[in-house]
Amino acid sequence: MLRLEPRPQASKAMVYLSPLLALLLTLVSGFLIFMLLGVNAGEALYAFFIQPVSDSYGVSELLVKAVPLVLIGVGLAVGFRANVWNIGAEGQLAMGAVFAGGLAIWVPTDSGGWVLPLMMVLGVLGGMFWAAIPALLRTRYNANEILTSLMLSYVALLFLSYLVHGPWRDPDGFNFPESKLFDDFATLPLLLEGTRLHLGLLLTLVIVAGVWVMLARTLVGFQVRVVGASPRAAQFAGFRERALVWFALLLSGALAGLAGMIEVSGPIGQLVPQVSPGYGFTAIIVAFVGRLHPLGVTIAGVLLALSYLGGENLQIVMGLPQAVTGVFQGMLLFYLLACDVLIQYRVRVGRPRVAGGEL
Amino acid sequence: MSESVLMLQAVALTIIGAATPLLFAALGEMVTERSGVLNLGLEGMMLIGAVAAFAATVVSGNPYLGVLAGAAAGALVALLHGLLVLSLLANQVATGLAMTLFGVGLSALLGAGFVGTTITPLPTLAIPLLADVPLLGSLLFDHNALVYLSLLLVVGLSLFIYHTRAGLILRAVGESPSSAHALGYPVIRIRYLALIFGGAMAGVGGAYLSLVSTPMWSENMTAGRGWVALALVVFASWKPGRVLAGAYMFGGVTILQLHGQGMGVSIPSQFLSMLPYLATVVVLVLISRDSVKLRENRPASLGRVFRPSA
Amino acid sequence: MTTQDFTPRLQLQQVVKAFPGCLANDRVDLRVMPGEIHALLGENGAGKSTLVKMIFGLLRPDAGTLSWEGETVRVESPARARQLGIGMVFQHFSLFEALTVKENIALGMGNPPPMKELERQILAVEERYGLPLDPNRAVHSLSVGEKQRIEIVRCLLQNPRLLIMDEPTSVLTPQEADKLFVTLRQLRSEGCSILYISHKLDEVRQLCDAATILRGGRNVGTCVPAEETAASMAALMVGETIEVVESGVAVERGAVRLALRQVSRPAASALAVALDEISLEVHSGEIVGIAGVAGNGQAELLEALSGEWLCAADKVSLDGQGVGHLGPHKRRQRGLCFVPEERLGHGSVPEMSLHDNALLSGYSRQPFLRRGFVRQGAVKDFAREVIDRFDVRCSGFGAAAGSLSGGNLQKFIVGREVHQTPEVLVIAQPTWGVDAGAAAIIHRSLQALAAQGTAVLVVSQDLDELMLISHRIGAICGGRLSPLYQRNDLTIEEVGLLMTGTALETAGVMYAADHSRGDAHVAS
Repeated sequence: MLRLEPRPQASKAMVYLSPLLALLLTLVSGFLIFMLLGVNAGEALYAFFIQPVSDSYGVSELLVKAVPLVLIGVGLAVGFRANVWNIGAEGQLAMGAVFAGGLAIWVPTDSGGWVLPLMMVLGVLGGMFWAAIPALLRTRYNANEILTSLMLSYVALLFLSYLVHGPWRDPDGFNFPESKLFDDFATLPLLLEGTRLHLGLLLTLVIVAGVWVMLARTLVGFQVRVVGASPRAAQFAGFRERALVWFALLLSGALAGLAGMIEVSGPIGQLVPQVSPGYGFTAIIVAFVGRLHPLGVTIAGVLLALSYLGGENLQIVMGLPQAVTGVFQGMLLFYLLACDVLIQYRVRVGRPRVAGGEL
Repeated sequence: MSESVLMLQAVALTIIGAATPLLFAALGEMVTERSGVLNLGLEGMMLIGAVAAFAATVVSGNPYLGVLAGAAAGALVALLHGLLVLSLLANQVATGLAMTLFGVGLSALLGAGFVGTTITPLPTLAIPLLADVPLLGSLLFDHNALVYLSLLLVVGLSLFIYHTRAGLILRAVGESPSSAHALGYPVIRIRYLALIFGGAMAGVGGAYLSLVSTPMWSENMTAGRGWVALALVVFASWKPGRVLAGAYMFGGVTILQLHGQGMGVSIPSQFLSMLPYLATVVVLVLISRDSVKLRENRPASLGRVFRPSA
Repeated sequence: MTTQDFTPRLQLQQVVKAFPGCLANDRVDLRVMPGEIHALLGENGAGKSTLVKMIFGLLRPDAGTLSWEGETVRVESPARARQLGIGMVFQHFSLFEALTVKENIALGMGNPPPMKELERQILAVEERYGLPLDPNRAVHSLSVGEKQRIEIVRCLLQNPRLLIMDEPTSVLTPQEADKLFVTLRQLRSEGCSILYISHKLDEVRQLCDAATILRGGRNVGTCVPAEETAASMAALMVGETIEVVESGVAVERGAVRLALRQVSRPAASALAVALDEISLEVHSGEIVGIAGVAGNGQAELLEALSGEWLCAADKVSLDGQGVGHLGPHKRRQRGLCFVPEERLGHGSVPEMSLHDNALLSGYSRQPFLRRGFVRQGAVKDFAREVIDRFDVRCSGFGAAAGSLSGGNLQKFIVGREVHQTPEVLVIAQPTWGVDAGAAAIIHRSLQALAAQGTAVLVVSQDLDELMLISHRIGAICGGRLSPLYQRNDLTIEEVGLLMTGTALETAGVMYAADHSRGDAHVAS
């Protein structure tokens, strides 16, 4: 019989081992799923995990997809630490894209270098605006932010869809639901010729470092951690929970909005009905797999970016549905949560041992 | 005259069609939450139920078997959820999100082969005699089996929760698992049962979507209904009768969306599609505003990890 | 008639129970005779609760035998225990606040009759044992004493032959305790055995026929309490001689440092108590004690004092300055430190290190911050000083707060505030669930702090503690505070009367009113 026995102190080693164990279990399960689907499992795993990054272009694509995931994930991680469950990042991303894209569409074609920085500001503001609604509803009316932020995601995506089907549709675009292509001054400069790798990567690294310092070294970061761990202790300390709810939602909204701006002014280059293949939701997994820690989130972001590339490649090479990506992502989070029990508990076999029973 | 009757009938069918899947999912979730477990994976369970029901119907040709398959699939996923949150003591919020993301992916993968396939939907069962009553007869007594079942479930759960010993134990477990454990009740087992019931009902709700509402399978076809059901449970203060009212109110909002354009309203379809989501937010705000009252109705241990200790 | 004529109702032999890292019961023997009130005595952590949980089927012993009326039995569940005829009244009630009295009682029975019949039976038992209670009331609306009555009625309905009571008087006023003893004696006369867990020696001597004493999980003796002195039993219970804390008498009282002026607060929920015009003053150098049964407004009062609940500025003042509108951080900066009742999750974050927990309340008054950044070195130094000064046993300042024993964590939390030498210290339940050694250290540190000029306000349910360290004492009942009396003018029974909301004057006792109240008004 298996039993869980609490550890006297949380295991530091398991904090780091658990994601690796989860990854291993995901691979094993993936192998079994591919076998059940009747394809060569070894080949499929190769096509999913290795082939997409076997050349330098593949690696650059990996980073392009990792940028929004890390950016959103690190913001969500701060929120999750404070027990603020923003799961509407997908909508905040869309609003960031709308705000930033709106400017790019609106400015005359002979505008200058000021457009891009202003788009960044607008992207951030768009995300913050959309995250401010659940923040207001929670702090003023006590409404659960999980449900409100998610519902607002649907609203934001519909709004974006309306814009590109309607007022913002490219008049010369053969009636496709797309905006015009952004001008050069509204597009992120590339870091490497021949790839889609853009300035957003550097921006992301700077932001990750900043959040890391904030969490580990400042009073605000400490407040975030205390509010998440025990809200009453935070009250006792005199930390204002409402202010922290606002902080966590605005920060994660800002970063999701920035990610939206980066997507439309970088890899996509215009507004389309679907600016993100679910980055806002996948970033939830990124945050957890990354242990809600900025460095971990960065690694996890790259890993989950690979799941997107892998899914696409699998469709091309073996004709499997792209939904495989979602299954792998879900399984990874699943196994991670299961393995995390080992941080606080250890598994024992059989009946409790008598400690010091002999004298 | 006959035109307005037809109109009325169309409206009623829209409401019932939108309300019934929500009613199943929300009633199941209400039972789950009464035991103290928060199942944020409802959306994923509905999707899995929808795809399983559709696939089983395609394979067997029998939509009733499809409903059973939907329930079983939902229950199975709920069991997995229970393994994490009840046996492995995982965070209920995080696990629920994982369930939903997993359900979206898995249902899309399983359903990939069924996109575009058609089935015979769940037939309507006119209740003899009653259905022949003019006007009301066809409104109330000419529906498919799941509609009747959902209404029976409301009555059954009201009786169960307030008038049976098992219902009392369920409430007690949700109120204070440690006290219930101290009195010798198997808290974890009871929570598993409540969670599995909730999963099965979410599966039936999903089955309704793929077997009746559309009837076909498409990726992500629940479009947030699982989350709406979660909000309904809060709105209903965990009471079966109010879940019914909430689900039908929500169905009413959907009429605007579906019939809005037909009635010649010149609002872009996207804005009409936003209505159910906005309505959910508004309802949630209205009900949550009174935090004292909310706390009194809410199962006290909702969402908290419980480990039967010494 | 001697007890040897009977088979023991309950007998434990060589019972062992281990938890990870701790041997809770080490070959414990216990024998309870029919119609006997048997005390199980011991300090906090002596293994009493573990032992009774095994008797009631909540825990399984690792070794040893349990016999019931001469037959060896295995009690694998509480249901089995109830079936044998064992009932238990828990220290922390296993009640469901949102349900009614009747529903709660039904839940505690293996096979309850229909609700109508059950209600009739409840009323019958209440009548017979003098335990008035409305079966249809929701539990959260009842007082603590009434809640205990539910548990007792629930047990009595099953006609138990052994009733286990875990620290039953810890939540009662002395007067309520006396009423309980009447009920218990009636049960004894009807042949029911009672296993009575306590660490209060006086009541054990008053009530119990025999006692088994545990220390560190082992038997250290049995005795007939009436034939012992409190001191001889205490020696067995505690083992080591504890330096006695001297009762604080004469003090050099200074100016008023903390004052509440007619603080009223509506009840925040059905579970909360309203505060009704609470006024009090605490002077520099004195320790004021507030007694009261749990749930009479202490939590609400403490929140008003700490700043977790805000009111008009002039309702609460520190050294003459209105601070009612300020939160905990700003009050701390102005000199008020606070120790809450709950150690874990309120006074500390269990999963965080001790130095992070030092930062938790220290950031307001200590030089821990520079431009929003935390000075880790300064925080760690402070944590180390607290650990050394208050003899906190732990693996270092990096240890998680939750990994410490209750006593050591309490020393750290009290030490964290005392070490900041505040102008005013408000402290709730300073030694709740703490072993005698740690309690002595905490009491002495409070006395030393007062001697340095701090005004100390202690809110506690432990009357012995309040009588020991306070200079003035009052009691809170139903959200109203009694006048404060000089400690030396009061007996413990009189404090008991105050706890029930009875004014001493109307009880026919005349007291010289506490003159300090008049003085204080002049001073402010």
